[in-house]
This record gives sequence, C-alpha cells and structure tokens, in this order.
Amino acid sequence: MTAELHEELTDPHADPHADQLDHGAASSRPLKSRISEPQPRGAKIRGNRPVDQSEAANRFMAATEHEAMHDARLWDLRQKRDKEMHGIEEWEELRNLASGIKEHTLSKLDYYLELFEKNATANGIKVHWAKDGAEHNAIVLEILRSKGVERLIKSKSMLTEECGFREFMAHNNVEVIETDLGERIQQLDDEAPSHVVVPAVHKLRTDVASVFAKTIGSDPDNADAHYLTECQREATRPLILSAQAGMTGGNFVVAETGTFVVCTNEGNADLSANTPPLHIASIGIEKLIPGLDDLAVFIRLLSRSALGSPITQYTSHFRGPREGGEMHVVLVDNGRSERLGMEKFWPGLKCIRCGACMNTCPVFRRSGGLSYGATYAGPIGLIIDPTFNVHKYRNLPYSSTMNGSCTNVCPVKINIHEQIADWRKTLAGDGEISPVKKVMMKAAGEVLASPVVYRASLPLGRSALRHLPHFMLYNKLNTWGRKRDIPETPKQTFNEWYRKNRKQQGEGEKS
Amino acid sequence: MSGSREAILGAIRKNHVQSERARPPVPLFDQAAPSDLREMFQKSLERMGGKMLTPDAVDPMAPVRQAIVKPGPVVSCVPEFQGDMQITPQTKPTDIAPVEYAVLRAAFGVAETGSLCFTEKQLHVNTTGFLPQHLVILLDPAQIVYNLHNAYQRPEWTQAHYAVFQSGPSATADIEGVLVHGAQGVRSLSVLFHPVS
Repeated sequence: MTAELHEELTDPHADPHADQLDHGAASSRPLKSRISEPQPRGAKIRGNRPVDQSEAANRFMAATEHEAMHDARLWDLRQKRDKEMHGIEEWEELRNLASGIKEHTLSKLDYYLELFEKNATANGIKVHWAKDGAEHNAIVLEILRSKGVERLIKSKSMLTEECGFREFMAHNNVEVIETDLGERIQQLDDEAPSHVVVPAVHKLRTDVASVFAKTIGSDPDNADAHYLTECQREATRPLILSAQAGMTGGNFVVAETGTFVVCTNEGNADLSANTPPLHIASIGIEKLIPGLDDLAVFIRLLSRSALGSPITQYTSHFRGPREGGEMHVVLVDNGRSERLGMEKFWPGLKCIRCGACMNTCPVFRRSGGLSYGATYAGPIGLIIDPTFNVHKYRNLPYSSTMNGSCTNVCPVKINIHEQIADWRKTLAGDGEISPVKKVMMKAAGEVLASPVVYRASLPLGRSALRHLPHFMLYNKLNTWGRKRDIPETPKQTFNEWYRKNRKQQGEGEKS
Repeated sequence: MSGSREAILGAIRKNHVQSERARPPVPLFDQAAPSDLREMFQKSLERMGGKMLTPDAVDPMAPVRQAIVKPGPVVSCVPEFQGDMQITPQTKPTDIAPVEYAVLRAAFGVAETGSLCFTEKQLHVNTTGFLPQHLVILLDPAQIVYNLHNAYQRPEWTQAHYAVFQSGPSATADIEGVLVHGAQGVRSLSVLFHPVS
C-alpha cells in the first residue's frame, strides 16, 4: 500500500500530528489518544423491544480512553462554535430569522414543494415522491436498473440511513461506496454513523487502523491520521472513477429557483455528483426554504454551529443536470407529514442536522451516539426517534439532564429540552414507561402530592445525603452518581431558612 | 408514483395545524463593509486553509508558474495561462483524473468566508474543480462581495445549472479531529488577485 501513496504523505517537513481542523480557533487543544483499547459497540437491538441506552452508555464509559477522547473532541467543537458566534454581531438575529423562515415554510409546505417541483422540472430535473423508506429505495433501484448501474458512489445522507438504503442495495446487488471519510469508516466496519456530522467520532485512531487493515489493506500498526486518510483516498478514487451513478443528500432546497444545496468539507459530494453521468439526490420534504435570501441565513449558521468553521469547504448548488447527464430528486416523507400535525413536536422539523445539540450534551458526550440505537442520537434524536417508533424509543427521552444547553445552541431555535419533557409526559400518558420508572414515579408522586409529607421528607433526604457513606451514594442503583459528584447539600431547606429569617422579621407570610 | 405525491401533499394539508407564519424579510447585514475587501478575503481564505499568491506587476503569470512545483499534467481554463492538457467538447469528467494542477478563474469571491464561486462556465468540465490534485485560481478583486447575503444577490444562481463555493482545499477531521487536507478533493488551493484583462 505505502508505495502507492501520494508523496505528500512522505513529506519530511509535514508534521505527522498537525493541528486539528481548527479554522483559526487558536485555543484548540490538540488531542491524541494514548492507548489502544477495544471499541465499545452500540446499543443492543432486540427487534421492537425498547432500546436500553443506559446499558450501552455504561459500556462506553467503561472504555475510559474512548469516553475521554469523545468528550474532549465534541466539547472542543462546542467551544469553536461559541467563538464563531461571538464573532458575528447579528448571531441572535440570524437564529431568529432561521427559525422564522423554517416555520413559515413548514406552514406552507405543500405550496413550496409544488413550487420546487415546477422549477426543478423546468430545468430538467426529474422529481419523484416517496411516502416512506421502502418506496424511496424502490424508486432509486428502478432508476439504477434502467441504466444498468452496478456501482454507486454516495455522499453522506442521514435520510438514506433512515431508509436502510445500503442494506437494501446490498440485497439487490448494487455496490454502494460511501465517499465521506467518516461514513466510509463506518460502512467498512459495518456500523451506523454515531453523529450526524462526524460519523466516526466515537472511534480512536487505532480502531480506524484496525478497520482499514482488515478492509483496504493498510498497515495495521500505523494509526497516523494522515496515513489513514491517504489510504482511504487512494482506495476510493478508482471506485469514484468507475462508478456509473452518484448519490447525494440535500441540506437545503430552494423552492423559488428549483435548486438543492449540499454542504461537505471533503468535496466528496461534488465528486459523486459530477463524475458519473447520473446523479440522484434523496431529500426529506422538510428541507425546503423559499428563496436565495433565506439560503444565506442558513449557510452562515450551519457550519459555524456544527464545527465552528465559517462555512463548509464545499457548498454546492445543483439546479439542473449537466450537458449529457441526468439528475433525479427523490422527495421523501417517511413520517414527516404526520409529524407536522403533532401539536407539540412539529418544531423538530426545523432541524438542519448541524449536530450542535449533540456536541453540547453531557449525556451524548459521555455515552457515544451508538448507545441510542437509533438513526438520530443525542438531544434531537430524543425528540425525533419516538415519532418513528414510540415503543422502541420510549426510554430515550430520559437520556437527558434537562440542562437546556441543546436549546440554547440550536441555530433554528428548536425548544429541544421542552419537547423532551413533553415526550416524557406523552409517553407516561400512553403507558409507554418502564416498570422501574413506574414504581419510582408512583412513590415520588405520593410524596410530591402531599405538602406535609414532602416537607417532612426533605430534612431526612438532606441529612441522609450528608451522612451516607460514599459507597451508598455512588452505586449501581443511583444512576445520577455515575461520573458525577452529588452537589453539596445545604444545612437547611429553603422552607426552614424562610421560617427562620423572614417570618421572624414579619415579612408577609401568608400560608 | 403520482399516488404518493398526492398522498404526501394531502397529508401535509390535513396536518397543517399551525396557522400560516409570515415570511421574515432578510437584511443584507452589510453596513460595516469596508470599501476594499481584499484584506478581509485573504484573511478568511487563509483561515480555511487556502493560500494567497503575491502578484507580480511585471510578469502577471509568474506567480502561477511558481505555484506549479510538482510534475504532472496542467489544465488551464483561463486565456491568461497555457496548460499542457486541453479540454475539448469531447473531454469526459473522468479524463481530469490524472491532472496535477488546474488553473481556473473564479466567478466571484466572498470576503466573509474566503469562498470562491465556480459554475460550469468557469470549470468547462465540472470535475476540474475536484479531481486535480491542486488548484491555482485567478480572482478579480473587483468581483469580491462582502458577505453571503450579498453573494446570493449575484446573477450566477439563476443562470448556471451547477455552482459551488470552494472555501479552501478539501479537508477532513474525521479521525480524532486531526486536520488533513485532500480527503477526496484537491490537496491545496492558491489564489492570485488578477483583474479580468
């Protein structure tokens, strides 16, 4: 393998452990895993049974090197995002605009979809409609078969993950090659992406080295990120050049011009779309925006929120097929039109898949995206996944500390933490609640329902927290004690303090 | 699949519980724009991993020649510079694969992000933007806009079938956050300010 590598790799002046993708964020800490450690795998999927996120999270946390790297990397992205935000005076105005534009478009989605269809068709794009993943896959297969396609190159798309696209194509003898590095790592390891923007962020460089050694013949003892990236480039390029069709997703769809927009850092979407004669784009119906003025708002927000860079290296606009080429767009519903009718949960459709909520979430950073056992992980996953399958994902809305940080960083101002709370209520109302939680809720309910019992219980709890030995607080039953210190308990309750300090002064106690 | 089209549009109309929301007007946010945008563009480009070439008043194409340091085919899509591989109407997208350097002119630049816009008009074959190992780009300083709001006022968006912002070279940080240029697209991208002659 090494002999075929491009000379950049053997450049003696190149720093083998060069900077992170810091885009000028000078405060970035360079990261490097110190030890090799077996990679913890994701949640165990047992048919339609509820996914146990905390079980998988425990295994991730037990792999301390993985957990530490994951946490540090994502927190670094969050800090870079903050730095970008502070550099833009109109940041909050942009967030308000983005939210307003999305709400406007969703309130007239039928109109904008038809407008896009009309304009795209006039420019020579063939527009298809798929009500679910199965229909999407069937439409794409039909297009590929009509052209005799055996190899398809593809850029990253969360929608095709929703549709189970790769598995479907494997059964139908179409070779699918992912061209995003992170997604390719995940494909070669037969694992789903763990994050919407950085799909292999849960892996250490040694994990990648072992995947590539098995699949593309790299040196198993060389875990240098430059070397591994180069190996992948060299292995993928012949596949890109020989593919008969290319596939992309779409980050934004501009109705007034009939344009769809794809954002990448590697340039792999442009290669996938422009190299073979056939380009198919799979796009969720919620990606619509009205016009180009609106697009500017989202392009300014997307990469700044995702990675803390001013823009993705490539922002590609497709408005029609190139000469002699063919372009198809498959508009996919897959539960979105139904979600539009959910009074509390429709704002989740505003999501632009930037991943900022994942980067900031303490639960996500410590448990890894695969622990959620669903296409969408992290805070946005907690509120989207139950719309796909309420029973299977009924535990997910509890994988949150409710700190509200996700809502604060969301570029389109989705009220994520409020929706998490609303899902807990909805699930409890529907009887979708685990037996342990049911018993705990019942006991808590009895205490909380009676002011007398509640007040009597507080000093007991407080005193217990102060005097219980360490092992009783930090044990397996108390999930809140894991990886976290219980805050120091106050010497008195607020009520005790109030009676002592305010009542004595005779200040308006009424009850 | 017209049945699905009607089913999806019908479901959307049925589920429109929220009343119609007004479309917010989007300002240009360009009151602070400096009159000369070159410095801002350069700073942004370098942040994205691109390089600025120093102009040569006597021999304007000397910086381009000096930037081409590695052996291999050079394709030029600009009249100012002569490459050694020609693009003809018969050139296929995959024919660009062996190219080491492509010399292109950007339609315009964006100072906010250091982005360069190319359409099929500048690229001749779209893959000249992505399959070569390196790009050397001419940019007319008069064709720099302040920010992305101004950029989307340009005429290219309704004229071209394909338009791309390239902001620095191809990059990835998918393995432990280590920045590597040239993940799939070009390994380096250099820009020379050069007015259209």
